[in-house]
Amino acid sequence: MLSTHRAEARRPSWPTMDSGQLLLISAAGMLVVAAVAQTAAAGITGMRDAVAFGALVALGELFRIALPGNRESAPIATAGALAYTLLLRVGDRPAPHSAMQVIAVTAVGMVVGALPHLAAGRPTSIDAMARRLLAVAAVALLFRPLAANAQILRHWWVALAVMTVLVAVAWLADAVIAALIRAEALRARFGVALSDELRVQAPLGAAVGASAMLIAFAAGVMGLAALALFIAPLLVTQVAFRRYAGIRVTYLQTVRALSRMTEVGGYVESGHSHRVSRLAVAVGRELGMSEPDVLELEYAALMHDIGQLSLPDPIPGGATVLVSPADQAQIAELGAEVIRKAGVLDRVAEIVRRQSEPWRGADPGPPVSSRIIRAANGFDDLVGSSTDRERAVAALERLRLDTAAEYDPGVVEALSRVAGRRSSARM
Amino acid sequence: MARVYIGAVVAAGGLVVLLLGPFADIAWLTLAVLAVLHLICEASPVPISPQRHTWTAGSSVILAAVVLLGPVGAAIVGAAAAFNTRRDLHVVQRMFNGGMWALAGYCAGTVYLAAGGHAGVPASGSFPAILLPFAVAAITLDFVNYVLVIGVLWLTQAAGPSSTTFRSGVLASLVPDLGYAIFGLLMAALWRVVGPFSTVLVFVPLLVARWAVAQYVAQQEAHQATMAALCQAVETKDFYTRGHSERVSKASVMIAREIGFRPERIEAIRHAGMLHDIGKLGVPTVVLQKSGALTEEEYGAIQLHPMRGLEIVREIGFLDEALAGIMHHHERMDGRGYPLGLAGDEIPEFARVIGVADAFDSMTSTRSYRGARPVEEAVAELCKWAGAQFDPVMVDAFVAALRRERWRPPEPVTAPAGQSAAATAQDHDDPTAPLRVIPHR
Repeated sequence: MLSTHRAEARRPSWPTMDSGQLLLISAAGMLVVAAVAQTAAAGITGMRDAVAFGALVALGELFRIALPGNRESAPIATAGALAYTLLLRVGDRPAPHSAMQVIAVTAVGMVVGALPHLAAGRPTSIDAMARRLLAVAAVALLFRPLAANAQILRHWWVALAVMTVLVAVAWLADAVIAALIRAEALRARFGVALSDELRVQAPLGAAVGASAMLIAFAAGVMGLAALALFIAPLLVTQVAFRRYAGIRVTYLQTVRALSRMTEVGGYVESGHSHRVSRLAVAVGRELGMSEPDVLELEYAALMHDIGQLSLPDPIPGGATVLVSPADQAQIAELGAEVIRKAGVLDRVAEIVRRQSEPWRGADPGPPVSSRIIRAANGFDDLVGSSTDRERAVAALERLRLDTAAEYDPGVVEALSRVAGRRSSARM
Repeated sequence: MARVYIGAVVAAGGLVVLLLGPFADIAWLTLAVLAVLHLICEASPVPISPQRHTWTAGSSVILAAVVLLGPVGAAIVGAAAAFNTRRDLHVVQRMFNGGMWALAGYCAGTVYLAAGGHAGVPASGSFPAILLPFAVAAITLDFVNYVLVIGVLWLTQAAGPSSTTFRSGVLASLVPDLGYAIFGLLMAALWRVVGPFSTVLVFVPLLVARWAVAQYVAQQEAHQATMAALCQAVETKDFYTRGHSERVSKASVMIAREIGFRPERIEAIRHAGMLHDIGKLGVPTVVLQKSGALTEEEYGAIQLHPMRGLEIVREIGFLDEALAGIMHHHERMDGRGYPLGLAGDEIPEFARVIGVADAFDSMTSTRSYRGARPVEEAVAELCKWAGAQFDPVMVDAFVAALRRERWRPPEPVTAPAGQSAAATAQDHDDPTAPLRVIPHR
């Protein structure tokens, strides 16, 4: 799958973990140790419930999915753990387990479910697991004391309202933590990362929350049989999401692969489209673009030279920064025409079409994505696949000199920050 | 005849609701909630596959009504479908749906009671005894629904539904339908604890699933369209081969269907057909457009195009088997093809399919050195070379498919004035005019 390939490229693995991630994981670790110790000391109340819900968490962890943007998620495990948290009765007997027991059972279930993944050598993001556990822990610490005092939750609508509020709050906290980590890892702005996170997680979060309440209530009527039956709606959701995330990866993969047509055809230098798109994406994030905008930018950057295919013969050298403005405009126009034929990428086509427009300080001027591609393309035409620092500095200097007429100064500054980070990472 | 049938169904549905009572012990609030819910479900079908199959959660709502309200309640909830506001439904269709669901709901409710179920909010001790009558009711609901729908299809479509549509439509959707039926039981089971709110808790995950499926379908269509657009970009240079990829893709799918490929493999070969010539980009335009005999180097460059194609698309993970089809689409059964000179069964199945489709489209399209051949002539040509160049199985399958489905050859093209340079003077796909190569002395 491409997602793992991306993860390797973008997110550093163990040795260079961000400080936020370390903090999160150690917090979750300490909580688990405390919970297991206390549960072991006090003894487990409701052994059968604990085993059943623990098994559900383990199963959900085993069948976790990747959401768009390579976000790991385990809807069934989270729903199972939340349901165990919100459990008031099982059949006719009350369920008086403590918050610490919830945390311990969830942690054990998660570890058991993650073992096969580790054994198969699949990348496991510990911080995502820690995040899931902390969200459950937050709800448990708030709700279990209430559950012990059954008077308050006697009416179903009170119980339902309390559960809804708690689940929503926990979900929000989870999104904030996820956004913090992501902003640090991808060098995006926190506000943008948070709204991206909320948008991607909202639908599945609603489904998980509803299913958790469903199971918690149903267990009161049907006993533990409810677990098997009432996970069904969420199972349907999970299958649908898996396919959705899959096709998004496939789509990006196809565009990435087909963007190499210009290289195989000898129209541009090998690797040009990919380098420009990587650079453009980094600059887009630096400038605080949202995830859907960054994706559009990536598509446009990958296909920015596609118009060359319509030219009878390759332009010598291929570097479009050295080509006459009229030719640049023609390539951009032809490329936009190709993309527009797809009928679904009109905004991408517009970005490609206007990439050849010089900036000239004009207002409104070309869209920011077009300006980014123009600068990234100019940079790559001058530097190419070289990793020479001097050369990058010289290219940036040349772009800066052109900011009055050709390039957006804001974009060039962002580009130089990105390029600077890259060369210092290489040293 | 069709109108009489539809009228009978509607009348029967109406009579059941009006005459067969009793109404006295029906919980009207529950009934209203479920009827509105059924209406909402029917008005918003979920696309469950790119082929435009849709599914509605309506039958689970009727099954919830079967448990909570009994036969009459289920019939009334079913009849709500008649008030569907979807614009693409004719008033007759709406009436028919209402009557059909009322009848089906009534039958399911009757069977549910007969199998030992009790109408009303299930008590906490009723599990798992309720499962058997519920399953029987779900099967009945499905069965009545299908029988009535098949009846109307029979009467309205001239030819009547073929046995394959019946098998693939009815039998294939029976299992998922029964799976979804469980949601009806879930709603009914929770009614005692959270009342009508149980429908919300059950439907939130389903609505989210519906959203995700809609996104999936949209993305898949976008993917398809983008791929087609990018393949077209390769062809723009030469107006004679415009649309070639798309047509080869279509013909490959026709052959694959005829042979009985699984749906996933049909999708894969659709992509393979689309992408099969993408490596032509790596062949210099001068060589492609040369009118005289080719030197061995130039012929070598052409022979390399399947490999160049592979180089481009290799990174597309989902292609799998399609990759082999792209790489080997110019192999010949007698082993004299390229790039590897595979023979007979060594050639991947996809490549043998694409080979036939590719040659056929080349022959039925206009080329600068000849006009388009009629379909019959091209088929005769395929049959002539079956065994030597083409796999006879694929040729036969294509001939059979052509008999069923009309082939639309491309519009004849005439070279626009002043662009004479931008046209291939010979076509590497054309089996009737092989490329001329100057041998080395």
